[in-house]
Amino acid sequence: MLGDKVLMVGNEAIGEAAIRAGCQLYFAYPITPQSELPQLLARRMPEEGRVFLQAESEVAAINIVYGAAGAGARVMTSSSSPGISLKQEGISYIAGAELPCVIVNIVRGGPGLGGIQPAQSDYFQATKGGGHGDYRLIVLAPASVQEMVDLTALAFDLADKYRNPVMVLGDGTLGQMMEPVEFGDIKAEIPSKPWATTGRKGRARNVINSLYLDPNKLEEHNWHLQAKYRRIEGAEVRYDSFNLADAQLVVVAYGISARIARTAIEMARADGIAAGLLRPITLFPFPTGAIAQAAEKAAAFLSLELSAGQMVEDVRLAVNGRRPVHFYGRTGGIIPTPQEVYEEIKKLAGEEVAK
Amino acid sequence: MKVVFERPQALSDVTTHYCPGCTHGIIHRLVAETIDELGILERTIGVASVGCSVLAYDYLECDWQQAAHGRAPAVATGIKRALPDSIVFTYQGDGDLASIGTAEIIHAANRGEAITVIYVNNTNYGMTGGQMAPTTLVGQVTTTSPRGRDTKEAGYPLRMAEMLATLKGVNYLARVAVNSPANIMKAKRAIKQAFTVQVEDGGFALVEVLSTCPTNWRLDPVEALKWLDDNMIPYYPLAEFKVSGEVK
Repeated sequence: MLGDKVLMVGNEAIGEAAIRAGCQLYFAYPITPQSELPQLLARRMPEEGRVFLQAESEVAAINIVYGAAGAGARVMTSSSSPGISLKQEGISYIAGAELPCVIVNIVRGGPGLGGIQPAQSDYFQATKGGGHGDYRLIVLAPASVQEMVDLTALAFDLADKYRNPVMVLGDGTLGQMMEPVEFGDIKAEIPSKPWATTGRKGRARNVINSLYLDPNKLEEHNWHLQAKYRRIEGAEVRYDSFNLADAQLVVVAYGISARIARTAIEMARADGIAAGLLRPITLFPFPTGAIAQAAEKAAAFLSLELSAGQMVEDVRLAVNGRRPVHFYGRTGGIIPTPQEVYEEIKKLAGEEVAK
Repeated sequence: MKVVFERPQALSDVTTHYCPGCTHGIIHRLVAETIDELGILERTIGVASVGCSVLAYDYLECDWQQAAHGRAPAVATGIKRALPDSIVFTYQGDGDLASIGTAEIIHAANRGEAITVIYVNNTNYGMTGGQMAPTTLVGQVTTTSPRGRDTKEAGYPLRMAEMLATLKGVNYLARVAVNSPANIMKAKRAIKQAFTVQVEDGGFALVEVLSTCPTNWRLDPVEALKWLDDNMIPYYPLAEFKVSGEVK
């Protein structure tokens, strides 16, 4: 076992955290920039008496996850953007059949084959469903290697609690960078799953299914799912803040972008600009209430993303027209420097805050 | 009075949705008899696929998972890896297994995944209205091959059993038909063998079952049985292709 504090790259930290959280099976297909994760688990899972299987495709991997999750096991798969697109069919079935599982997306630039450098351009896909039908994943966005550990453990618990797929949405930077982490006492508390298909001995038979040919039944099932998502929105919003209390310009950023934003905000504060950070940790449920509350005092918002502008739509919905919401982003694997972000904050402060 | 014939315990006491003359019902019964005879109902998990047999979970009394189109062997892999002591089988049609699910069936077979696959071949997509499948015979008219299957456009009917027999991971592989009492008896023996392989931890087993589709073939049930004999069996010969991992 690892000691108290160790240096690890993000991808490996997720794997080690998953083992400690009681992940019994892991299925994946190779793709950059997350390959350290299957490589670690190919070695570590058998050491722990658990299952590692390299599937023939992302499509197969997510459907193997479906089978194992339906059989009651704690199960995880991981990939990066193009591979996550391939998994969408299976994710829709998993959401429809209400199976708990953890899906890691170490995002790279798109669309298409895109590139292998970090991006946050899968935000829509992750938070709005991704596949067909009305469904939501719980989406957790770590901003450090330590949070990759903590949120991976949380992901398994939330998946079981709500019988819902949970996505850990990282990016190529977080996956590849090395930071000190502590694993603390992650508990593998797996609840009983009386709905799982484990063989019908001693009970009525169980069926894992997402098919409802009767439209009334399918509508009923959809309202049941929606009620669950509303419960999740009520109970599971998580966010962090930095210099937010008196902020006139609120930067909203998650993951690696939030790290850059924080440095830029420190630079702005040194210039006397009242900038602050609101960092969503859960992207679904989105911290709509916290942003609405910040809009009471702040003059303007800036959504900072490694995309062409995706989360900014949710920030606008939360602000609901009461304040201007700006966007700054880089795409294709380009990461803005703190100086670039600082310049943007300074420009907006001149335009919005001074008024 | 002595009971000489009754519903297998594993077969649900319901009316199926299958068309008159369709042989899915016979195949369901053979699987149910096998589950009864091997005493495995309480540890069997079926995987239903997409197609006419999508509702198979309503007809057999075991636990079930319903899989996405073609993905049943992947779903079965997940169940079996999570619960190695369970008996896991898929029930798939030819559109499901031989078209959209070719990757999943080949790799599950190649891994020697300890599952049983019941592969029902009726040469068309029955559920969606009788479209051409990879198994549709040359010249056969379907709703998407209205002039008959043309090999220049659509290639040749896929012989899945022969293809899969080349894989070392396969323990047992047979093709049977359910169009006559004699063939049904042979089909029963093959299906029972395919489950027995799994019970005895032998690895991957598959039975291809030639089945009729009177509705989409535009034939009455008796004509359909004869059509299967005259047209399908010459192209899809009945045989055990692999037994105990050895090519026959």
